[in-house]
Amino acid sequence: MDRMHFGQHSSSQFNEALESIRNHLMEMGGLVEKQVVDALEALLHADSALAEKVLTTEDKVDDLEIQIDEECARVLALRQPAASDLRLIIAVSKAVSDLERIGDESAKIAAMALQLAQEGESPRGYVEVRHIGNHVRNMLRDTLDAFARFDADKAVEVAAEDSEVDLEYRSAMRALVTFMMEDPRAISRVLNIIWSLRALERIGDHARNIGEQVIFLVKGTDVRHISIDEMEKEVRKKD
Amino acid sequence: MDTAQQLDNRDRANDDAAKPPFDVEERSMQDTPYPEKTVGKPFVDAPKMRLRNVNVFYDDNQAIHDVSLDIGKNEVISLIGPSGCGKSTFLRSLNRMNDTIDICRVRGDLQLDDQDLYDPKLDVVELRARVGMVFQKPNPFPKSIYDNVAYGPRLHGLADKKYDLDGIVENSLRKAGLWNEVKDRLHSPGTGLSGGQQQRLCIARTIAVSPEVVLMDEPCSALDPIATAKIEELIDELTESYTIAIVTHSMQQAARVSHRTAYFHLGRLIEVNDTETVFTKPEHELTEAYITGRFG
Repeated sequence: MDRMHFGQHSSSQFNEALESIRNHLMEMGGLVEKQVVDALEALLHADSALAEKVLTTEDKVDDLEIQIDEECARVLALRQPAASDLRLIIAVSKAVSDLERIGDESAKIAAMALQLAQEGESPRGYVEVRHIGNHVRNMLRDTLDAFARFDADKAVEVAAEDSEVDLEYRSAMRALVTFMMEDPRAISRVLNIIWSLRALERIGDHARNIGEQVIFLVKGTDVRHISIDEMEKEVRKKD
Repeated sequence: MDTAQQLDNRDRANDDAAKPPFDVEERSMQDTPYPEKTVGKPFVDAPKMRLRNVNVFYDDNQAIHDVSLDIGKNEVISLIGPSGCGKSTFLRSLNRMNDTIDICRVRGDLQLDDQDLYDPKLDVVELRARVGMVFQKPNPFPKSIYDNVAYGPRLHGLADKKYDLDGIVENSLRKAGLWNEVKDRLHSPGTGLSGGQQQRLCIARTIAVSPEVVLMDEPCSALDPIATAKIEELIDELTESYTIAIVTHSMQQAARVSHRTAYFHLGRLIEVNDTETVFTKPEHELTEAYITGRFG
């Protein structure tokens, strides 16, 4: 952490460019976080108006993705960043894609909320949605905090949380499948809930991916596609 | 660093209020202490040049402090660092070019293969044929292109017959990537060539005596990007037969051409590592500060 000095370049324009990128990333993170919260709210309370709002705000998320990517490309072209600057640009550019995908998943949940509002509520699954939803919300918040603070340890925690979410998702799935077998009339409504759970599980995966980028940014090691234990080892290495 | 500010930005995601730039901890990189030992990988197996505890003084001023470094066979190593950090001084110690400066003294153990470079019995002219040098500004002799290249081989008696000499000249110019541009005017003056061509002529002149090591002191700083690209391409080809140490102010150039990169700071060798490591994840804070442009 002590090596992340992003404001000390001889070129103040370079400092400003990097600051702007980080600020926009955080702005996008905040917006996406809100999208997830709103989408869940819309689903749990059958709030069609809120679901519509999530769907329209999705465009803003996409715009931010494009804007941040352009800023990253500009820095790469004009400044040829190296070392931590380079890692920052790479990490931001990847995190932005994950954030945009989280935005997409939120929009999916909002669409399911609209359907459930029209077709009538599902008889089951809300408890699971609320539970897993809260879990991934916290993961997303933590992973963005980790990015803002260059906190690799916290990023590892997020990755560990993701494994838990995966377990919860599987057990929820089993329960809902059983329910559908018992009551086939509810299948189409329960399916909407299942798609939403699936979207939440994906949001957890994306939060984990962002955490992995934080570790790459801070430690310089690529921790994708390895177990949590190995990840912890990498993070603890020579500090 | 005021992270709260940044986190706050997230909370205000939907409002367009002006975002104040976030603060950064003010700390000068110049305060960062030197490592006790060079970090990274200064040594290699079976080095071409083995340099230990090198100290260089100009009168009472010490320009190089206890630098130990290996230069591997057929390796391109780049020496980088801020102005005045001693990288050129160090490079010039490697073929005793510093001998020409009266007040300069070199101490330490410098070896080329098993030969002590500062052995008083060593023939310096012979040494400079084995360890050639290319300078910042192209400096062809005021002679024809042919004679520029043939000068060294004649001096060292490398060619008995005109036929042999022609072969050496052509071969060197080909290796330097200049042959096709000058083959029809070998007897016009070398100074009539463009800057980039002159520099390649100097490289041809250097390699005409079949050196083992080529030292380059900012060989491209007076050249345009195209000529620079040609020289860099050439460095890459030359590494098949030669060992190359290059001092450069262009970090992109160091990143492009070299296998290992050595970072000098105020006369000390701070870090030596694989070039890729230095430019993506340097070990020492001073290296990081320099290559990301935080000195000045």
